[in-house]
Amino acid sequence: MCLAIPGKVVATYREHDMLMGKVDFGGVLRRVCLEHVSDVQPGQYVLVHVGFALTRIDEEEAQRVFQLLDELNQLDELKSPANTDASPITQQQP
Amino acid sequence: MKYLDEYRDREAARTLASAIGQTVTRPWTIMEVCGGQTHTIVKYGIDEILPPEIELVHGPGCPVCVTSLEMLDRAHEIASHSDVIFCSFGDMLRVPGSRRDLLEVKSHGGDVRIVYSPLDAVDIAAANRDRRVVFFAVGFETTAPPNAMAVHLAKRRKLTNFSLLVSHVLVPPVMRALLASPNNRVQGFLGPGHVCAVMGYAEYESLAAQFHTPIVITGFEPLDMLEGVLWTIRQLESGRGEVENQYARAVRREGNPNSKHLIEDVFEICDRKWRGLGMIAQSGHRLRDEYRDYDADRVFETSHIEAQEPSICISGQVLQGLKKPHDCPAFGQQCTPQTPLGATMVSSEGACAAYFAYGRHLLTRRNGTTDAEQNAHPGNKRLMVPLDVRR
Repeated sequence: MCLAIPGKVVATYREHDMLMGKVDFGGVLRRVCLEHVSDVQPGQYVLVHVGFALTRIDEEEAQRVFQLLDELNQLDELKSPANTDASPITQQQP
Repeated sequence: MKYLDEYRDREAARTLASAIGQTVTRPWTIMEVCGGQTHTIVKYGIDEILPPEIELVHGPGCPVCVTSLEMLDRAHEIASHSDVIFCSFGDMLRVPGSRRDLLEVKSHGGDVRIVYSPLDAVDIAAANRDRRVVFFAVGFETTAPPNAMAVHLAKRRKLTNFSLLVSHVLVPPVMRALLASPNNRVQGFLGPGHVCAVMGYAEYESLAAQFHTPIVITGFEPLDMLEGVLWTIRQLESGRGEVENQYARAVRREGNPNSKHLIEDVFEICDRKWRGLGMIAQSGHRLRDEYRDYDADRVFETSHIEAQEPSICISGQVLQGLKKPHDCPAFGQQCTPQTPLGATMVSSEGACAAYFAYGRHLLTRRNGTTDAEQNAHPGNKRLMVPLDVRR
């Protein structure tokens, strides 16, 4: 399973000679192995999969899709204000 | 939560869907590789806000779903040993093998434990030196670094009672197999975001070039997927077939060099049988000889396994994107998450489980036909109306 979620590194420490961290997932703190993101600093975000940090999240790149959206919105304003026929996105509750 | 919530913004999703609608001029079939991406599509109704020209088909990126019957049977046999503590991710527990599942082994006295991380299994081994601890290492390349780290950690802590039952599968070989198949209808791919966070995406460039197929490495949130579709459509409409990286906040072309190094140290590539798809050459991992003491396949003798698949289950065709879950006669009837017939219904990332969870089996069109009846007549696809059943 490849579910990985972003969390904020709060603290780092060593255990069994491995770099570990306390990572905050929206208020829930978990122990995460940081061996492969060894240059990460507290306050930065990492992508965590099964208790292991895969990579650090690049803040600048994270903004890029919102820049694209700004461009698209500006383009839309230049065209006629006809309504789109896209249905509203709804989130289903399982 | 930062880096999650903002990628679920409704208005932004509509903007991207609209841009896609303005770009597309003819029908296209796109496959998302990862089970996690399938889940997002079904949960947020991504396929329903896309223009009808675009068909999203679901790929084989669910490691639980593609674990072979033989491997499952072997796991069940090992877990039945009285001195074994068998550790696994939760979603493997109810995957049916030939005769039983891990939960049944547990109910008959097997010590089967759910762990969140392979590193937890190492802790269990350290705390139970008189028992043999086995971790069921199921996953794609994403899970290979933590699994490799578990082996290193066991070695560092001088544990002699810990082993991995390795069932890793690799994405590029299965994509190659799909693209090379004469039945293939997929014209573009949303590539595996987390696999590529580890491995990078250089190995997808030869695939894209050889088959002239766009591969957009995509994340897992609704805006990621919509942007991935937009980029794929732009490529298709302009006749390009290249690799692009939509998930750049987590993926670099070279991946994570430390992880790749560790994987290379601990594992070697081998042939692997995929449930529902058959044998794919050079598509799996096994432990290298130096780590034989940590290889459950070598630590445990298992009897010759005769694996038997229930004939009604079409999960193989679902995994290749040839059929949808509701095309299966058993879907929502004999086969439900409570009584699964195949792995795509058991796994939280399986397409059948996703469709069931988000109510796709409850679909009725305004003309009274069910979704399955609708799909039996391909000409009806364009008449699909928005779902009435939403909670």
